[in-house]
Amino acid sequence: METKDRKLYTMLVYSENIAGILNQITAVFTRRQVNIESLNVSASSIEGVHKYTITAWSDEDLIKTITKHIEKKIDVIKADYYTDDDLFIREVGLYKLSTGEVLANPEISRVIRKADARIIDVNPTFCCVMLSGMTEDITGLYYALDKFKCLLQYTRSGRIAITRSKVEQVSEFLELQEKNRNKKC
Amino acid sequence: MAKEMITGAEALMRALKEENVKTIFGYPGGSILPVFDALYDYTRGDKKAFEHILVRHEQSAAHAAEGYSRASGDVGVCIVTSGPGATNTLTGIADAMMDSTPIVVIAGQVGVDVLGTDSFQEVDLVGVSQPISKWSYQIRRAEDVAWAVSRAFYIARSGRPGPVVLDFPKNAQVSLTEYEPCRVDFVRGYVPYPTVDAEAVSRAAELINNAKKPLALVGHGVELGNAQQELVDFIEKAGIPAARTMLGLSALPTGHPLNMGMLGMHGNYAPNMKEQECDVLIAIGMRFSDRVICNPATYAKQAKIIQLDIDGAEIDKNVKTDVAVVADCKESLPAITKLLRPNSHKEWCESFRPLYEEEYEKVIRPATCPSSGPLLMGEVVKAVADATGGDAVLVNDVGQNQMFSCRYFRYNKKRSVVSSGGLGTMGYGLPAAIGAAYAVPDRQICMFTGDGSFQMSIHELGTIMEHRIPVKVILMNNNYLGNVRQWQDLFFDSRQAFTRMTNPCYGGICDGYHIPYIFVSERELLKNAVHKMLSTEGPFVLECAVKEEDNVMPMVPPGCSVNEMLLEVNR
Repeated sequence: METKDRKLYTMLVYSENIAGILNQITAVFTRRQVNIESLNVSASSIEGVHKYTITAWSDEDLIKTITKHIEKKIDVIKADYYTDDDLFIREVGLYKLSTGEVLANPEISRVIRKADARIIDVNPTFCCVMLSGMTEDITGLYYALDKFKCLLQYTRSGRIAITRSKVEQVSEFLELQEKNRNKKC
Repeated sequence: MAKEMITGAEALMRALKEENVKTIFGYPGGSILPVFDALYDYTRGDKKAFEHILVRHEQSAAHAAEGYSRASGDVGVCIVTSGPGATNTLTGIADAMMDSTPIVVIAGQVGVDVLGTDSFQEVDLVGVSQPISKWSYQIRRAEDVAWAVSRAFYIARSGRPGPVVLDFPKNAQVSLTEYEPCRVDFVRGYVPYPTVDAEAVSRAAELINNAKKPLALVGHGVELGNAQQELVDFIEKAGIPAARTMLGLSALPTGHPLNMGMLGMHGNYAPNMKEQECDVLIAIGMRFSDRVICNPATYAKQAKIIQLDIDGAEIDKNVKTDVAVVADCKESLPAITKLLRPNSHKEWCESFRPLYEEEYEKVIRPATCPSSGPLLMGEVVKAVADATGGDAVLVNDVGQNQMFSCRYFRYNKKRSVVSSGGLGTMGYGLPAAIGAAYAVPDRQICMFTGDGSFQMSIHELGTIMEHRIPVKVILMNNNYLGNVRQWQDLFFDSRQAFTRMTNPCYGGICDGYHIPYIFVSERELLKNAVHKMLSTEGPFVLECAVKEEDNVMPMVPPGCSVNEMLLEVNR
């Protein structure tokens, strides 16, 4: 296949809630030498259905093939890939700062407020700051705080995303499957 | 009244009976003992439901199940123990996955309470088989047996078929449960038969109706979809020449006037050249394997490509398509045929003829009708093909024996090719032939092999001996791993690294197994030897001493386009 422009794609995968699915999903990426950038797994809004939000750099041909091969897995219900325009996306960053440094330098608090981050815990040793946003917001705050040498710990979550369409595509798919099943009966 | 309580192992027997299983290929062992104990009752007396064939290696159990499935269209079944028994089936599972062959592999497993403790003969079968199976599941409770078995068979045989693995821990085999038959015919995340898209059908029909040089590529999907007649109706209505992949060889009878031969690296010259000249290419149940398309960067760039496949994941995987009809070709083919204008494409069809004649003169005639020199594999295959008249089932191993036998055998009946296509598994032939012999007992099973492949499963002569399985083995012995030697000669400066083999006395081996055997090295004796083999009841081994350094031609050299196919060796 021809090599195309690489982009960060977000894949939303819905599966039955049974052991071993994550292995099957990641194996499809591994086989094609595509690195998973971020991964979030949680229960979805549908009972018994798990949702995986996966980001990866790829060209469109390859991500399409990967998506189809993931969807082919029997216990995977639906898989689709998106670009950022199709989704509402959030990530979360947690920053643990030295309380002493924060108190000594009012500029640090200003940076936190400017980024719209929230302080979620404070004690004499450290304070914990949380920010939700896009990757660049979260890494931006990290670099800003890092300059003050006040960071004790930092972590960033995987991406979570919901589609801009009214309902999740998986709901429509499951409705259609049930309809076809009833027709068969 | 209290309901009957039975063991999980007994439930498995009942569930297999529900699935109409007749033959089981297996090998017992510690973790599957309760199942074999239950099976014992089901192979004799009033309860008799199955025939169990004890193979000599678990890999053979999986290949035999494959051969059974390929020849019959039913699901092949094998039962093995945990650990090494289970891992030995992996090659067969991967082979079945590559060639879309429905088999169900049932493996014993250590009890759930010791899973993950590295207990004796414990292996994470579900984990290791997941990437190479259609579905892999651990039955942890006796009460799940009926559901799991029904789901396994449903998944294995529906849509694009494939292998399913059932890992069956010992505690679930022995614990008691009530048994209620179960019929799974729905899995909510699985769409085995996508609906035919009318718009895609009409776009495909329009392309074909406007084509001047259409070419149909016929694959295994036609056999799997049982759409052989629908294919004939399709190509005959619009006068479309058709070429077949190796696994699609018997989807269209050899003698059909629109059959233009075999595709691929060692296929026929005309269809390979014409793939680069056609204006519309219609791929039917074939996956554009690299052995068919050779160089994807140059493949059929001039043509509009229509792909009919039941598996949406095949679309655009190896070759970009212009129109894709994702559906069972049993449905998509007639839908397109209905919209086709009758046509004959006479001139286009006739243009294949000179290329065939060129191949005949340079390759086919010298390979199949030599007048002097040592015996050739091509003439051995032709002698068997002539004697069986296209009615036998061809089973083969992997290597030169596979290419020669696929090229020169003849196919009048559907489901006549049992060959390891995608995985290319040496040692596949003998066990697959055993499976085929049980699947279609009324058909002659001709198994071509080479000295390399034969020795990878030679122990299965024991199975053949024990059950007097009527497999005719044609061993074409060239004292080489011939296909690899050919590549070494052509592309590695004739450095024959470890491809020359010293062979045992096969006559002595057959004698030990009490299997009739003939050795032939002279041309004049070949026909009679073949006659003797075919007219002898039960198994037979015919060893032919063939030319040592023969090459399979024509050949598309690696990295070349299909139309760069060589008719003669060009070092």
